[in-house]
Amino acid sequence: MFEYCADPSTLSGFDWWSCYLTTGKHFSFYQSFGTVLTLLALTVPLILVFGFAGALARRSRVLPVRWFGLGYTSMVRGVPDIIFFLFALIALDQGIEYLRHLVLCPDWTEPIRQGNDFRVCPQAKMPLGSSPQWVHEVYGFGLATVGFAIVFGAFAANTIFGALEAVPRAQLETGAAFGMTPRQIFWRIHLPQMWVYALPGLSNLWMILIKATPLLFLLGVEDIVYWARELGGSKTTRFAYPHGDWRLGYFIGLLVFYLALTWVSERVFERLTRRVSRGQASLGGAVT
Amino acid sequence: MNFLVKIAGATTLAVALAATAVSAQTIRMGTEGAYAPYNFINDEGEVDGFERDVGDELCKRAGLECTWVTNEWDSIIPNLVSGNYDTIIAGMSITDERDEVIDFTQEYFPPDPSTYVGLAGASADVTGMVVAAQTNTIQAAYVASSGATLVEFATPDETIAAVRSGEADAVLADDAFLKDIVKASGGELAFVGEPVNIGGGVGMGIRESDTELKDKMNAAITSMKEDGTLSALIAKWFDGRVVKY
Repeated sequence: MFEYCADPSTLSGFDWWSCYLTTGKHFSFYQSFGTVLTLLALTVPLILVFGFAGALARRSRVLPVRWFGLGYTSMVRGVPDIIFFLFALIALDQGIEYLRHLVLCPDWTEPIRQGNDFRVCPQAKMPLGSSPQWVHEVYGFGLATVGFAIVFGAFAANTIFGALEAVPRAQLETGAAFGMTPRQIFWRIHLPQMWVYALPGLSNLWMILIKATPLLFLLGVEDIVYWARELGGSKTTRFAYPHGDWRLGYFIGLLVFYLALTWVSERVFERLTRRVSRGQASLGGAVT
Repeated sequence: MNFLVKIAGATTLAVALAATAVSAQTIRMGTEGAYAPYNFINDEGEVDGFERDVGDELCKRAGLECTWVTNEWDSIIPNLVSGNYDTIIAGMSITDERDEVIDFTQEYFPPDPSTYVGLAGASADVTGMVVAAQTNTIQAAYVASSGATLVEFATPDETIAAVRSGEADAVLADDAFLKDIVKASGGELAFVGEPVNIGGGVGMGIRESDTELKDKMNAAITSMKEDGTLSALIAKWFDGRVVKY
């Protein structure tokens, strides 16, 4: 980074640290904070979509849809995250490649499953073997986003389902008495009142989601925990900046980051709760 | 910032990708990046080490274009088999067990004895100890059958940290990897007990169905062995070790 960093072995004190903390590897570490925050920002809307879809499916009047909703929430919540990420997402990835294979290479005669191997024609690879590394990274990141959305969506579906059930029935009946259609009742009474019951559960989910990002590495996305471990591990003289086991220092850095993120989230959820409680026939609503 | 640009680019690119046909095939080289001097991530964040040099040379000789990817050790074989990369070049010893799932090229590094390392002054009776080893390695299998108590870790670095913290009495790993660590520890760590000879040489792992790539790599390894470049690279990365091919 700086000119005087050319020969790190001659440096000491502040100079050494300024060079050490600006190596390419450290920039990958700093960038991974962005990766994690981007992942969180992208998954939250998706989680809410999956959550609402799951909750509404469970409340549907059509039996098969209800079964589907129940199956989704029960199965995904029951499977350990790590297994879900290793198997369901690899299956999803192979499914995409299989479909592309059918469309792009109709003349391919070799079987796709050869013993343990999964082989599609090169044109059907997702992403293509020849595409640059960042395309692979973005694809892995996209898979991770979908994976997180499916898993956490199932938990959100249960929370939202419970919250929809918790809205006092009298409120909805009053709506009906005023001659509102079921659709109007849902959008004007049911949904706005549901939030106050759903928020505590959703805030729990958000906190768990923040901490679940190390699962990203299973999909080849290098997250902050991976880099902290990699950078903190002891380095022999093969490296330009040899040092002992510094994992504790790096993990304390992560601790500060996670605590700060949690603190900010707490504030945001506090304000949100105050906002959705306004005018509600609950304790929170009565205070304002 | 950089990342957002990438995402924006990816959407347009994904559309373009579907349309374009593949030109030159790129071989993706999968490695662990945590096992110096075989492979490690250097300070620039790039894959470096003995296998980086060997791999780049092999690709040049075989006329292939190669890119490097890292994957954690535990899932390195499943990810090869499902096609996330095309080779494993990660200090992997050729064993019958692994050979059932994937194929290996001929060895590009001779069998290396495995050694025990403990805190300096530890007892030499390795069978009665708690021994750390990396998961899914030949060393882990050996410790389990040797009568010692095995504790497994996901990365090589954690096995060393376990010895330092006293969680394990010794660690069993490849001699070349441990030599560096013992030297850098300044007398804190020392070799204990006798080295054990387990496993074959180190080869490149390739999907069983990928016979064409395997043949190309085998030919390239032979040519590197014949003209002495492989021996020179081994001497460069393993403190002047002499290996004759």
